[in-house]
Amino acid sequence: MVALMTVQPPLIRTAAPHSHHPVNLDAPKIVVRDVSVFYGAKQALDSVSIDVPGKAVTAFIGPSGCGKSTFLRCINRMNDTIPGCRVEGAVEIDGEDVNARSVDPVILRAKVGMVFQKPNPFPKSIFENVAYGPRIHGLASGKSELEGIVEASLKKAGLWAEVSDRLNAPGTSLSGGQQQRLVIARAIAVSPEVILMDEPCSALDPIATARIEELIDELRQQYCIVIVTHSMAQAARVSQRTAFFHMGRLIEAGSTEEIFTNPRESRTQDYITGRIG
Amino acid sequence: MTVLIALALLVVFSGGAYLLGRRRAVALAGGRSASLHSLPGYHGTWVALWAGVPAALIIIIFAVFGARIEDAALRAEVPAAVAQLSDERQEVFWSDAGAMARGEAQSEITYEGELKTAFDAKAAEGRRIGVIGLVSVLALSGVLALCGVLLAFPRLSRDFRARNRVEGWTGILLIACSTLAVLTTLGIVMSLAWESFRFFQSVPPLDFLLGTSWDPQIAMRSDQVAAVGAFGAVPLFAGTFLIMLIAMAVAAPIGLYSAIYLSEYAGPATRSIVKPLLEILAGVPTVVYGFFAALTVGPTFRAFFNWIGGFLVGGPMDRLGQYLETVQNQMALTAGVVMGIMLIPFVSSLSDDILNAVPQSLRDGSYAMGATKSETVKKVILPAALPGVAGALMLAVSRAIGETMIVTMAAGLQAKLTANPLDTVTTVTVQIVTLLTGDQEFDSPKTLAAFGLGLTLFVVTLVLNIAALAIVRKYREQYD
Ligand SMILES: Nc1ncnc2c1ncn2[C@@H]1O[C@H](COP(=O)(O)OP(=O)(O)OP(=O)(O)O)[C@@H](O)[C@H]1O
Ligand SMILES: [Mg+2]
Repeated sequence: MVALMTVQPPLIRTAAPHSHHPVNLDAPKIVVRDVSVFYGAKQALDSVSIDVPGKAVTAFIGPSGCGKSTFLRCINRMNDTIPGCRVEGAVEIDGEDVNARSVDPVILRAKVGMVFQKPNPFPKSIFENVAYGPRIHGLASGKSELEGIVEASLKKAGLWAEVSDRLNAPGTSLSGGQQQRLVIARAIAVSPEVILMDEPCSALDPIATARIEELIDELRQQYCIVIVTHSMAQAARVSQRTAFFHMGRLIEAGSTEEIFTNPRESRTQDYITGRIG
Repeated sequence: MTVLIALALLVVFSGGAYLLGRRRAVALAGGRSASLHSLPGYHGTWVALWAGVPAALIIIIFAVFGARIEDAALRAEVPAAVAQLSDERQEVFWSDAGAMARGEAQSEITYEGELKTAFDAKAAEGRRIGVIGLVSVLALSGVLALCGVLLAFPRLSRDFRARNRVEGWTGILLIACSTLAVLTTLGIVMSLAWESFRFFQSVPPLDFLLGTSWDPQIAMRSDQVAAVGAFGAVPLFAGTFLIMLIAMAVAAPIGLYSAIYLSEYAGPATRSIVKPLLEILAGVPTVVYGFFAALTVGPTFRAFFNWIGGFLVGGPMDRLGQYLETVQNQMALTAGVVMGIMLIPFVSSLSDDILNAVPQSLRDGSYAMGATKSETVKKVILPAALPGVAGALMLAVSRAIGETMIVTMAAGLQAKLTANPLDTVTTVTVQIVTLLTGDQEFDSPKTLAAFGLGLTLFVVTLVLNIAALAIVRKYREQYD
C-alpha cells in the first residue's frame, strides 16, 4: 500500500513507451518557413516556421482560435477553397514548395490526406467511400485490384473485421467511431505520404478514441502524421513531436517529452497545466 | 354585407373584451405582474377569445349555409298552382321567387293569374324568412358574445391559468384551420368525382380512357341539337406528356446545371446578382411566355424547319423535306421549349437551395481527397442532394402538366395522337378550358367531360407524385 502511494504516476504520460523506435529527425518531411495566413484583412497566422519529421506523429496544440486548423490547411492547400483566404511564405514537402505554380493542388491532396473533426463519410456505400480516391485518381486498373485496395485500406484502418460482411451498406450507417476509421481508410486508400488530422477524436467517446489512437500509432510506421488536438493527454500519448500555437504564432516546438516535462516558454507551461486556454 | 359589418363589430367587441380582461388582470396583480400565474395579456386574450370565437362561428355558419336553409324553408309548402308545373319550370319559379325576395334580377318569364298570386306570396314570404333569419342570427351571436365575456370575466384571478388556456385555444384554432384545408380539398375531389361519375354515365369510362379520337362537338347555342362527339382522352394525355417531356428535356439539364454553377462555382458577387434575377424570371406571368412562344419562337422554328426542308426536297430525303416545308407555326416543340424556358428558373432556384443544403463537410472531404470541383459535384454533392433534386424536378413536371396558357397560344387546339414534336397537339388542361369557356349547358356530356379530364389528370399526377416519393424514399434508405 505504502509503496503504491509513493510511486506517483506522472500527471500526463508521454509517448515514452514508443521512444525505442528511432525517429529520424534529421530529414524533415515538411519544412515550413514564415507562413502567414490572412482571412480578408484578418491575420490568422503570423510567420510560422517549423520542421515536421516523416514517419512520426506531430501534435499541434493550443487554445481555440489560435490557428491550428488554418495551419493544417496550408499543408494540403485546402485554404484555396476558402474565399478571401491568402497564404504567404513557403511550405515544402520533400523540398518542393506546395504553393509553387507547377504544383497541382489535386495531385498534392492525393499525397497529403486529411481527416476532419466530424466524420464525413460520403453518401455512398462503405466500399464506394474507400474506393472514392482510387477511382478519381485512377489507381486501380481493374475491379479486383480496386477491391484489393479497399480491403487493404480497411484493414490498415482496423475496420475490416467489422464491415467485411456489409461493404455495400451505407457509410453513414456506421457508428461515429467506425465512421472516423472509415474516413481514415478513405484517406489512406490513395497511399498518401502525409496524413493531416484535425481533432479526429473530438466527436468520439473514450473507447472509440482509444481505438483511433492505437490506429494512429500503427500508421506512424508508414506515414508522416500531423494531428491537431485539444487533449493534452492525447498529444502526450500519440505524438513524438509537439508544437504549441498561441494567437496565430508558433510559440514552441520540440519533442513531446520535452514540451510536456520541461517547456522552454512559460506560455507553453501555462497552457499545458491549464492556466491559459 | 350585413355579415361583414356584424363580423367587424364582433372584432371591435372582442378587442374591448381584451382590454377589459387585461385591466382586470393588472388590477389583480396590484403592480407586481410576477404575482400572476399568467401575464395580463393572456388574461385579456382569453376573455377576447370567449367573446369573439363562438359568435363568429355562428355568423360564419349562417353566411355559408343560411341561403340554403332559407330556400328550403321557402319551398316547404308548395302552392297548388306551382305543383302543376313541370319540374324544370318549378325550378325556375323557385329561383325567381328567391331572387325577387332578395331584390335580384329574375328570368324573363312573367307570371300570370293564380301563378302570379302564388309568386307574390312566395316572394313576400321569402323576404320575411330572410329578415327573420338575419335578425335571429345577429341576436344569437350578440347573446353569445355577451355571455362569453360574462362567463369568462369573473373567472380571472391571480392563479388563473390563462396562459395554458390560451395555448389550448391556439391548438383548437390551428386544428380547425388544417381541418378546413383538408375538408376543402376533400370537397373538391368529391365534387370532381361526382361530376365525373355523371359524365361516365353518358360516356363509357373505357371509351374515354382508351379512345384515340377526341372531338367533342361543342354546341354553340343551347337549343342546337348536340351531336354526340368522340370522347377518347388518349390524344390529350399523349399531347400533355409530349409537351411535358420536351419541356423537361429543356428545363431539367439547364436548370440543374445553372443551379450547380450558382451553388458550387459562382463567387458571392455573381451569386448575389444572378439569384435574384432568376427569382424575377420565375415571376414572369405565363401568358407573357405564351405570346413570346406564339409570336417569336413559333415563327422562328417554322422558318428554320421550312428552310431545312428546302434543302432536302429533291434529294434522297425528299419526303422528309416536303414534310418539313409544310410545318406550321403551331407545334408541340414550340410549346414544349418555351415551357421548358419558363421552368428553368423554377428548377434552378429550387435545386440551388437543395445543393446549398448539402453539408460543407462533404465538399471538404472530397476536395481533401484530391477531387476536382466537377468530380465533387458529380460523385458527392449530386448523390447527396438527389432526393431533393428529384422532388424539385417532380414539382416542375407537375407544373408542366398543369400549364395551360403557353400550350393554348403555341401548340394549337387540335387533338392529334402523334409523337411528332413538329405537329400540333393539345393538352388536357387546354381542352378543359375550351370545354368550359363560353355559354354551355352544365349537364351536357361536353361540359361534364371537363370533369372527367380533371379527375383523370388528378389521378395521373397523384400517381406520378407517389411514384416519385417512393423512388426518393428508396434512395434515402440506401444512403442516408
Ligand atoms: N473561413 C474563415 N474565414 C474567416 N476567418 C476564419 C476562417 N477560418 C478561421 N478563421 C479565423 O482564423 C483564426 C484561426 O482559426 P482556426 O480555425 O485555424 O483556429 P483553431 O486553432 O483551429 O481553433 P479550434 O481549436 O477552435 O479549432 C480564428 O480567429 C478564426 O476566427
Ligand atoms: Mg480547428
